[in-house]
Amino acid sequence: MDIETKNKTQQALQAIAEQVLEASKKHGATDAELSMSRGTGLSVEIHMDKVDKLEYHRDQGLNLTVYMGQHTGSASSSDLSPQAIEDTVKAACNIAKFTGEDEFTGLAPAELMAETKANNDSLDLYHPWDLAAEQAIDIARECETAARDYDKRIINSDGASISTYSGVSLIANSHGFMGIIPSSRHSLSCSVIGQEKGDSDMQRDYWYSTARKNEALETPKRVGEKAAERTLARLRGKQINTRESAVLYSPEMARSLLGHFTSAIGGGAQYRKSTFLLDSVGEKIFPEFIRLHEQPHLPGGFSSSCFDKEGVATKDRDIVTDGVVQSYILSSYTARQLGLQTTANAGGTHNLTLESTGQSLNELLKELGTGFFVTELIGSGVNAITGDYSRGAAGFWVENGVIQYPVEEVTVAGNLKDMFQNIIAVGNDIDLRSGTRTGSILVDGMMIAGK
Amino acid sequence: MSLSPLQLTQEHLFAPAGITEQQLDKVFSHLQGADLADLYFQSSRYESWMLEDGIIKNGTYSIDQGVGVRMVVGEQTGFAYSDEINIDALTASAKAAAGIGKAGKSGQTQAWQARTPKNINSLYSYNNPLSQMSEDEKIALLKLTDKEARSASPYVTQVIANIAGVHEYILVADLEGNLNADIRPLVRMNITVIVEKNGKRESGSTGGGGRFAFDYFTQADRVREYAQEAVRLALVNLDAVDAPAGSQTVVLGSGWPGVLLHEAIGHGLEGDFNRKGTSAFSGRIGERVASKGVTVVDDGTLENRRGSLSIDDEGTPTNCTTLIEDGILKGYMQDKLNARLMGEQSTGNGRRESYAHLPMPRMTNTYMRTGEHDPQEIIASVDKGLYAVNFGGGQVDITSGKFVFSASEAYLIENGKITRPVKGATLIGNGPDVLTKVSMIGNDLALDKGVGVCGKAGQSVPVGVGQPTLKIDGLTIGGTEA
Repeated sequence: MDIETKNKTQQALQAIAEQVLEASKKHGATDAELSMSRGTGLSVEIHMDKVDKLEYHRDQGLNLTVYMGQHTGSASSSDLSPQAIEDTVKAACNIAKFTGEDEFTGLAPAELMAETKANNDSLDLYHPWDLAAEQAIDIARECETAARDYDKRIINSDGASISTYSGVSLIANSHGFMGIIPSSRHSLSCSVIGQEKGDSDMQRDYWYSTARKNEALETPKRVGEKAAERTLARLRGKQINTRESAVLYSPEMARSLLGHFTSAIGGGAQYRKSTFLLDSVGEKIFPEFIRLHEQPHLPGGFSSSCFDKEGVATKDRDIVTDGVVQSYILSSYTARQLGLQTTANAGGTHNLTLESTGQSLNELLKELGTGFFVTELIGSGVNAITGDYSRGAAGFWVENGVIQYPVEEVTVAGNLKDMFQNIIAVGNDIDLRSGTRTGSILVDGMMIAGK
Repeated sequence: MSLSPLQLTQEHLFAPAGITEQQLDKVFSHLQGADLADLYFQSSRYESWMLEDGIIKNGTYSIDQGVGVRMVVGEQTGFAYSDEINIDALTASAKAAAGIGKAGKSGQTQAWQARTPKNINSLYSYNNPLSQMSEDEKIALLKLTDKEARSASPYVTQVIANIAGVHEYILVADLEGNLNADIRPLVRMNITVIVEKNGKRESGSTGGGGRFAFDYFTQADRVREYAQEAVRLALVNLDAVDAPAGSQTVVLGSGWPGVLLHEAIGHGLEGDFNRKGTSAFSGRIGERVASKGVTVVDDGTLENRRGSLSIDDEGTPTNCTTLIEDGILKGYMQDKLNARLMGEQSTGNGRRESYAHLPMPRMTNTYMRTGEHDPQEIIASVDKGLYAVNFGGGQVDITSGKFVFSASEAYLIENGKITRPVKGATLIGNGPDVLTKVSMIGNDLALDKGVGVCGKAGQSVPVGVGQPTLKIDGLTIGGTEA
């Protein structure tokens, strides 16, 4: 979507939003809020040097919530024609006639809204890429070739793919707030399969690069070679014996630990009392050196925004300082349930950052000494209400700070409450490819189950 | 005379946009030279209601429609879609998808003509499942879950329940002139309860559904059964001790634990991975991959099951496909593209999340056939092990074959007897050899209750699983108790 199309789309969405808000009022809603989006994209996947898939994407949608007093109703549509909008509004209003009275429902307070015509243009999130299919095919091909030519033990490919997407989202509500979110995202990824000569076991790994500006993507060669290196490193993986050990989570895996934490201090989990970190504000959940904070206005950040899904202005804030929980992660609804004020997190966190304790990955491996370096986790074995944690893992066995051999078919287990307390260090090898930013995390005292 | 699903679907999808068969000829003229090309029209209505704190908190209604156009030349697929169903959008999508054709054969111009439709045996009702019940009745149903759960135990502090239903029309028009249509109902109910006792909290979740209307939940006392089961699960876990860590004998209960089959072997037997040689099962047809007595099928033809389809999303009638017979690997699950490239026939496993996604080989209802042992006899045969009866999700690395699935209700077996409940733990194993460790198969085949969702390459589809009670001699249990 070029700039001109973007501006036109923006105007079209704004006009539709006005219609939706008006129609909601007409059908009896006392308040309404909505989100809408329209975008286009292209993706190409190469397999063994041939085009596997060439896909054109064109998405649009409307999500609407209406309030009739303290009754809520929602509806959505992928069709934005006047008739479909009318039908969607009616459907939402019809639902609101049947839902119960909920004293906590409604829009976020008007005084917390970001400026009325907010726009994320200032955050540098929109860099469309006019990528032709032929060019996309060449890039993905170069990427896969780099991986396949890297070593003769790379025997097959699971494909290399490139994708680009750009579009506009809009958030509006009956306070008069209307916020525009133009954004773009481009990705290049490669996954290859390796096998040792004379072996029947295969291993697969991947690498990817993602950015809002296409110039910021890693080169196809680099992505391909990295994928190959990672696959080769996993060959002849073995199961180790069951033992207690310290575990070093790679940055990609460490991110999931932060995800478990933010779910546990989310407003929904708190008011439902369905969390192992109930009433934890003011409690020291982590060691003293841990600081976790949100940076909503980072230029080009993957979760940057001037406002949340309810139009509430975002600001920099600490969630954990000196290991102590400062606040929950709240929308206006969950805030009202808890008698608190929203933290502008309707729709999630904005560039969550875990501060490093300064060590490089190599220094962390030394600090681990003898233990398990986890580079892959599978399955979803986390009990949110007790914090009990048990997941499938693969990675490397480390002795005296040096990687010895790849490990597979094991689990890592513990209780998240203990795991958070047992964090020893956070690396400076920060993975910037998502809206949650962390380096490797070293955790002591976990149970590894294997043979 | 009542209308066929094809007539009903044409009326629903084509008539409002004024699309005629003559116009489809023009669209297909852009796709000439393809080895395979199709248009997938879809229109769906989704409705859900949610209860919490005894209040119906929200409901949502979604209107979704569109058409996806696919052109396949050799191994190459071109794809574009539109969320408007009209001839201009269709033509634009066809031209974009045909971008793949540049590498293909030159087109022979042959007029497209609709063929006489085949008769399809429908596995479910065409009636709108959402309108089978009034809003007041749907709300009463959710309120009943709350009442039943709270009356099941004084320790229940929270009940969250929802019902959701979909009514969907699909029509597949392919290059050969076949027009196949299906009208699909799907409903689901989920209940989660939170219990608190002596300062300890736990939760339990259950649910059910299938290709029925909402009134399915008013029958056979289902709501009470779901509510009581959710409460029972939560209470069991309140008393759970730490799960063991390491390899032990594991007895899996019947029904939902069949998620083992879905992860350990199902995905690895999907045609796309095997055509590309990326699965741990690639090239192993005819080899022993399971103990004698183990027969596993993927069956899309069961009436009203969540994973069932009268036709798949490429218009092929579904089948009961034997994957493993008496321990020997028999076959893969195929869609049209992969079947053609491997010289096989589609098994009716070509599925897609929506018109905006490409079809690929996916499971339907995957289960193991019944054996001869009494489940009690199986448990009695274990000196020390784990009896796992309820599971959350699972995941597999199809290339290495390593898979996990996470138990949410499990017990220790000590000296042939079920003793204490243990906390949930992830079980991990190797797909190609886990079924060779099956040493006893129960005579109690059961299918799951109808809430399964399978994710692959970013696409979710409803599926079913099932199995009899199974004894596996050695599976790694990811607990904390060494």
